[in-house]
Amino acid sequence: MAESDLVFKSVTKRFGSFVAVDGLNLTVPGGSFFALLGPSGCGKTTTLRMVAGLEEPTEGSIYLGDADITRLRPYRRPVNTVFQSYALFPHLSVFENVAFGLRRRGVADVDRQVRDMLALVELEPLGARRPGQLSGGQQQRVALARALINRPQVLLLDEPLGALDLKLRRQMQIELKRIQTDVGITFVHVTHDQEEAMTMADTIAVMNGGVIEQLGSPHELYEHPRTTFVSNFLGRANLVAARVVERDGGSIVVDVHGARLRAPASRAPSDPQELWVGVRPEKVFLGAADAEPGSAGDAANVLPGGVITDVSFSGVSTQYLARMPWGQELTVFAQNTGARPSFQTGDRVVLRWGEDHTFLLDAAQDASAGADPKGGV
Amino acid sequence: MTVVPGRSSPGGVTAPRGAPPPRGDVDDARRRRLLAYALLLPGALWLLVFFVAPTVTLVSTSLWDPSGSILYGYELTYHWLNYLDGVRDYGPQLWRSVGYAGTATLACVLLGYPLAYAIAFKAGGWKNVMLVLVIAPFFTSFLVRTLAWQMLLGDNGWAASVLRSLHLLGADGHLLATPFAVVTGLTYNFLPFMVLPLYASLEKMDPRLIEAGGDLYASPFTTFRKVTLPLSLPGLVAGTLLTFIPAAGDYINAELLGTPRTRMIGNEIQDLFSAGAYPEAAALSVTLMVVIVTLVAIYVRRTGTEDLV
Repeated sequence: MAESDLVFKSVTKRFGSFVAVDGLNLTVPGGSFFALLGPSGCGKTTTLRMVAGLEEPTEGSIYLGDADITRLRPYRRPVNTVFQSYALFPHLSVFENVAFGLRRRGVADVDRQVRDMLALVELEPLGARRPGQLSGGQQQRVALARALINRPQVLLLDEPLGALDLKLRRQMQIELKRIQTDVGITFVHVTHDQEEAMTMADTIAVMNGGVIEQLGSPHELYEHPRTTFVSNFLGRANLVAARVVERDGGSIVVDVHGARLRAPASRAPSDPQELWVGVRPEKVFLGAADAEPGSAGDAANVLPGGVITDVSFSGVSTQYLARMPWGQELTVFAQNTGARPSFQTGDRVVLRWGEDHTFLLDAAQDASAGADPKGGV
Repeated sequence: MTVVPGRSSPGGVTAPRGAPPPRGDVDDARRRRLLAYALLLPGALWLLVFFVAPTVTLVSTSLWDPSGSILYGYELTYHWLNYLDGVRDYGPQLWRSVGYAGTATLACVLLGYPLAYAIAFKAGGWKNVMLVLVIAPFFTSFLVRTLAWQMLLGDNGWAASVLRSLHLLGADGHLLATPFAVVTGLTYNFLPFMVLPLYASLEKMDPRLIEAGGDLYASPFTTFRKVTLPLSLPGLVAGTLLTFIPAAGDYINAELLGTPRTRMIGNEIQDLFSAGAYPEAAALSVTLMVVIVTLVAIYVRRTGTEDLV
């Protein structure tokens, strides 16, 4: 166990009969940018508040390095929080807000440290203002500076960008990542925004119903989801019912309504015969039904018989919905590079994708778990 | 009574937001301005008739020749000595009033702050019930409630008996007819005026700020001192003013719960008016007003609340 790892050992938190966090075992490596991702009510904020000391676990322990911090009072923990609503002190100037933690600990040269920190978040000229006189993005940075200046072992961020508009959020995502790299402190970031988590975090834990569904790098989670929830919550996924036909060395061959599809065996659940075959919409190439397979000719997996039912153009890409012979609509994203043909509603198409981009999930799971209710599968 | 969080703009009535400016802008603006004045009028008239006029009368009365009488009439002689006489004759009562009112205000803060805090942050579903209980005494007359305290503090009341049996009160000791009784009465009667504004300012405070204090290495006590207290200061100032000012001029509590030696300035002014000594009574009233306004001005300036409200 490294010096500054944050470790949860069988942590459970109940509110009355509601189990918010259920037997959580987790190690957050020191110095990493770690995201807890999940829908609201999944237990991510409760987990964060237990680290901050604002909630006490019903069972289990939390360690920071070798120290058991489970029952330590919040103000004795080397942990600071950036609150969702920022919780800036409205009666204090920006400068005094940032200096608050240093003054409480009786640190010397408060002035210099606060000025340096305000410079880091590019707010130096606004030190004399009150939080109420700042924009949302500026308040967000004050909240960050106020926590960061204490050089905590762990910085907790509770949906810190939730209140910002899209453009500012993108900008702050990059900035947060830069600051984390600069200061090297462990960041634990709670969010329900999968894109935000993937942009910033080294490691993401996807939480659902008080437990962690899957843990890994953004790339791993996206390309190798292990549950339908993860496949739907991170990005979009096409999930099609399939039966295992044979195991052929490194591949598994499955039957999908008469078509044979291949997937790497390493990504398959071990025994079940009934599976979901999954592929990300941008991995799928569309071809006209009557044309020869072109540039995507190396694709091992082919689903014929699709009919385009919807085309929506969004600038960088076009989203197609293709109705398959068994009635299911599959989603395809096509980059608008100009190199590929475009299709109209009613066109007959073939869907192709590579074996490596195929993943298999146990069919016992709900195919729509974690899906955005607005979008189709 | 409670602090009003935001005042509407002097424009009073405005067109619905986002609506395009109507035609005849100039006419409209003028009508709106006139309407604002029209809305001010009843209040202004009220103040003129029931505040400005009486104040002018009071000040001029305080400068009448004191040798006049109701039978033979009074003369405005700019007799400034009325003020000197008042302070000379009733100085002790004046300072006693300030002292009693100050003590009662302090007691109200000590009792009212924890109560307001509990209602704002800890009461949960009982919040409204507790607020109603704070206001409940107003359903009974001020006089009746003060008379009830005579019973409570009387020599044969349970409070005195218990204290006597605990030897906290001597065998010949009293609770009633002491400065303690007067201050207790004042504290009781004005406590709601302390609790309500305090509650209003604590209630709108974001409880996350307290969590943020703890998160930033402040112990609960330090968080209270550095975050909660400063943020409730407007309520605290409003509460102390609403308690101190009426308490300083009160005479019912001293009359019903005190003795001649605990008389407050209100009692003397009332007696002087009843006895027809209008000039000196008026001079004392004006003096009391000046003392209170001065104390309040210093207080508000010291607490720096202009900056907060």
